[in-house]
Amino acid sequence: MNIIVVGLSHKTAPVDIREKVAFAPTAMQEPLHQVMGLSTVAEAVIVSTCNRVELYATSRDVESCVVQLKRFMADYHALSSEELEDHLYDYHGEEAIRHVFRVASSLDSMVLGEPQILGQIKTAYGYATEFKTAGLILNRFLHKAFSVAKRVRTETEIASNAVSVSFAAVELARKIFGGLDDKTVMLIGAGEMCELAAKHFINNGVSSVMVTNRTLERAEKLADEFNGRPIPFEDFTEYLHQVDIVLTSTGAPNFILGHQKMEEVIRKRKNRPMFLIDIAVPRDIEPKVNDIANIYLYDVDDLQEVVSANLKERQKEAKKAEAIIDLEIGQFYRWLGNLDVVPTIVSLRKKFEEVRKSEVDKTLSRLNGLDKKEKKSIEAMTSAIINKLLHQPISMLKQSEDDSGGDAYVDAVRALFDLASPDPDAAAEDMRSEDEES
Amino acid sequence: MSTNILLFKIALLFYFVATIFFLVDVLTRREKFGKAARWILVGGFLVHLSTLVVRYFEAGQTPVANLHEALSFFAWTIVAIYLLFDFRYKLAILGAFVCPLVVVLMIIGSAVPNQVQPANPLLNSWWFPIHVSLAFLGHAVFALAAAAGIIYLLQERGLKSKKITSLYHRLPSLEVLDTINYRCLTFGFPLMTMGIISGAVWANMAWGGYWRWDPKETWALITWFLYAALLHGRMTIGWRGRRAAIFAIIGFACLLFSLLAVNLLMSAEHSYKALQGLP
Repeated sequence: MNIIVVGLSHKTAPVDIREKVAFAPTAMQEPLHQVMGLSTVAEAVIVSTCNRVELYATSRDVESCVVQLKRFMADYHALSSEELEDHLYDYHGEEAIRHVFRVASSLDSMVLGEPQILGQIKTAYGYATEFKTAGLILNRFLHKAFSVAKRVRTETEIASNAVSVSFAAVELARKIFGGLDDKTVMLIGAGEMCELAAKHFINNGVSSVMVTNRTLERAEKLADEFNGRPIPFEDFTEYLHQVDIVLTSTGAPNFILGHQKMEEVIRKRKNRPMFLIDIAVPRDIEPKVNDIANIYLYDVDDLQEVVSANLKERQKEAKKAEAIIDLEIGQFYRWLGNLDVVPTIVSLRKKFEEVRKSEVDKTLSRLNGLDKKEKKSIEAMTSAIINKLLHQPISMLKQSEDDSGGDAYVDAVRALFDLASPDPDAAAEDMRSEDEES
Repeated sequence: MSTNILLFKIALLFYFVATIFFLVDVLTRREKFGKAARWILVGGFLVHLSTLVVRYFEAGQTPVANLHEALSFFAWTIVAIYLLFDFRYKLAILGAFVCPLVVVLMIIGSAVPNQVQPANPLLNSWWFPIHVSLAFLGHAVFALAAAAGIIYLLQERGLKSKKITSLYHRLPSLEVLDTINYRCLTFGFPLMTMGIISGAVWANMAWGGYWRWDPKETWALITWFLYAALLHGRMTIGWRGRRAAIFAIIGFACLLFSLLAVNLLMSAEHSYKALQGLP
């Protein structure tokens, strides 16, 4: 059985194509059933996010399955096959496994290491289980993908550094203050980015917020929102010495905080450090303020710089993640290979033959005085017993090869007779731990 | 090679490996190495402890009677204090700075003459171990403060210049480093003070005078004033951060100078020749 991936992503298709082929999350039943209706498809999962649309399927016939899935993508969305052809990629076998592991681990995401994609795949898998389109292989496959993603997340620092300006501000504040629990933030002026950053600070433990604005009403409204305290704009500088983190984004044409003022403030604070974040353009705080000891002043460009440095750091971590994935692919691929019927029949026979032989040897060594012919007939009898016993299971297995649920037989036979296969236990283990989590 | 020298070299080997592990942790962000480094360091600490014990019995006196023994004891107290602080702060990065210092001290220690000293009646006093233990524990705490100071300056420079390197992610927050500076000061300063007082008491019993202005005593006093100024500045006028870090580094440089230079270059009763009863 083969795992097949057909799809497109932000890397291969522009947004106007991606939006055309997206599947509505509220109506997954219909497309899932249509995919299942394709003659070569045994199992199916549909992943549809704003950055990628992918079909995961299992099939015995890779080539026709890929063709059918591609045609389905076009037909379902009433597009021509030619229109999509250039944007679609397809993978099978080891490459398909690698692709899905990488996607789940967020190595293929637009923002490397972003956490949403894993949740989106889990949701997609949820639909597939709800409508019973995922069988033995995709079940194990996706659970394995989830556990690989989890491993990547915990064993590398791919997701640990901030890659948005407002998170970068929080991260910098942590590097200055350690914990943020007893810190005070002052918002000067209003602006989307400023408010977003303030929200992040509050979510990360900041407990006390002051808000000031040229119009007191606006300040009061924002203060309400953040459970903070409005400060009249005329004398906000009087409060600065109580504040650890300042977020400014006023529309003022000139600096509203100068070097001299901040020197006074830091003296009044007995040199307790301050973190000033100037999001305004033109800037609100004189750049020279950064030269004052224990004051750290960052403007928008500085924060942007931090973000790009962090992204580079994530790329380094991605290399470690690829190594983890390489390891896991091998394991899963071996398990998948074992689901094939022929090797299963071979090892089933071998297992029975081993048992027969060792038992026969044991018995014969105790029975003295048997002649060659008698020994031979004992051998023949025991061989006949196992052949008779194995006849029905083996023909079932052979039949099941053309059956969509056939892998279940193979897997059951392997489990019942303890036929060596490297991974099913581990995969089942992963499944259990994932279930506990979700 | 006598037993204690063999043990000394094994301890040095442990410290060396721990240093490499700490550096791997910090440079490549592999925390497993940092964890392993701690256990290796603990191993080195125990081997080193056995060195000191063996040497104590071989010499029949507290083994801090020549430069080799002093360096060995100093390195051991630094490891002890580091492990103590690490228990609280869990900073592999601090290990990456402290361990190399320990290794350097140990290497110098193995390069200088290391014979066991004949028992000296001067040292046959309880004040001797008390004096050296307090003094070296104080030194060790200040060594940690200096390491935290260097890290502080690195992190502060990164944050001020806005140059984000991978070091930025590996270094702890300024707040933690400054807290370590303060903690070290509040532990180290009393230790050092008691070290000086106990030394004076012992000197009075041994030489019949509390204070003789030998170079070591003078340096110790200068260093003591330096740390006193820092402690005062911290507690009253809000000295902190960069200034405190620089003070801690200068203070430790003075300590190292008085430990190495005074003993190697100048002659006085603190020089180990005097302790050995040689002219």
